[in-house]
Amino acid sequence: RVSSDGKPPKFQPPPKPVIIDRKTQKEERRFLSPEFIPPRGRTDPLKYYIERKDMIQRRKVFNIPEFYVGHVLAVTTADPYASAKSNRFVGICIQRGGKGLGATFVLRNVIEDQGVEICYELYSPRIQAIEVLKLEKRLDDNLMYLRDALPEYSTFDVNMKPVSRMDHEEIPVNKLQVRMKPKPWSKRWERPKYNIKGIKFELPEHKMKAAQKWTQPWLEFDMLREYDTSKIEEKIRKELSEELEK
Amino acid sequence: SVTGACQAIQKLTRVRVVDNSTLGNTPYHRPPKCIHVYNKTGVGKVGDKILLAIKGEKKKALIVGHKMPGSSMTPRFDSNNVVLIEDNGNPIGTRIKTPIPYTLRKREGEFSKVLAIARNFV
Repeated sequence: RVSSDGKPPKFQPPPKPVIIDRKTQKEERRFLSPEFIPPRGRTDPLKYYIERKDMIQRRKVFNIPEFYVGHVLAVTTADPYASAKSNRFVGICIQRGGKGLGATFVLRNVIEDQGVEICYELYSPRIQAIEVLKLEKRLDDNLMYLRDALPEYSTFDVNMKPVSRMDHEEIPVNKLQVRMKPKPWSKRWERPKYNIKGIKFELPEHKMKAAQKWTQPWLEFDMLREYDTSKIEEKIRKELSEELEK
Repeated sequence: SVTGACQAIQKLTRVRVVDNSTLGNTPYHRPPKCIHVYNKTGVGKVGDKILLAIKGEKKKALIVGHKMPGSSMTPRFDSNNVVLIEDNGNPIGTRIKTPIPYTLRKREGEFSKVLAIARNFV
């Protein structure tokens, strides 16, 4: 601009930078592995405390990554009967069960037209490495229906490269609706007890209606089945963060 | 109607022959069935020998995988797999494409010839 007095124009300070504090945002969302949460019961909490100490010890030595049902994992275990003494298996996690040190997860894959499932224990000293190859959650917590689905939904390449993850915030949910083999299935997945959202049911209308006969609408209002884990989770998260920083 | 396949292998279970022998792969109007398990209990797990009835003949076979979940870290297959075998332990087929559990290698002495023709291990 042309200055009025011949002096240089007034100094305009640069705009202030906007600081996004990522640390506070990160602390809002933290993953607590489901095997840390003790089951509802009348056992002494001391037992779960001792187990948690052992679990934290193992996690300090060996990194167990965060994963959910529906992720594709590659697990290397030590095997005395395998060549090179170690054995690598790639598969989709269909179920996570057990609490405490006996926590397990089941990986499924279809190799040479044969479906194979292996149940691994998370805290077993035989496991040498767990890598997450593909991160995606599915619509359900339990993918046991993949046994009755077409085999293409359970095949994963053994040499697939890990898919890189851009955002450290969200895990994408795959809203895939799986097509099934013709009935009979191992379990009647159309019944509301399993509450499965990830299957494309191609059954006739009257069969779907007949399956709704087994709804138990009183279950969600049953007070004796309530188990509020928020306070327990807070305590365990605090404990974990203290122990892991030591 | 057809009953669902049984979990561990016992008498009258229908099995799937997994090697490339002619006896196992030629179609027949009846599926191969187990008629005896060479075991103290009548239940066969991986590594047990059984007697099979195929195409009207009796043949011995070795179990290489079943639908029953075993101990953790052991694989569980979606079908009951079996490899045809002679009385002395020699396999009849020449190749096994389906994956075989590593736990069979424990008894390397008895099953060395079967393990030699296996391609994939789990």
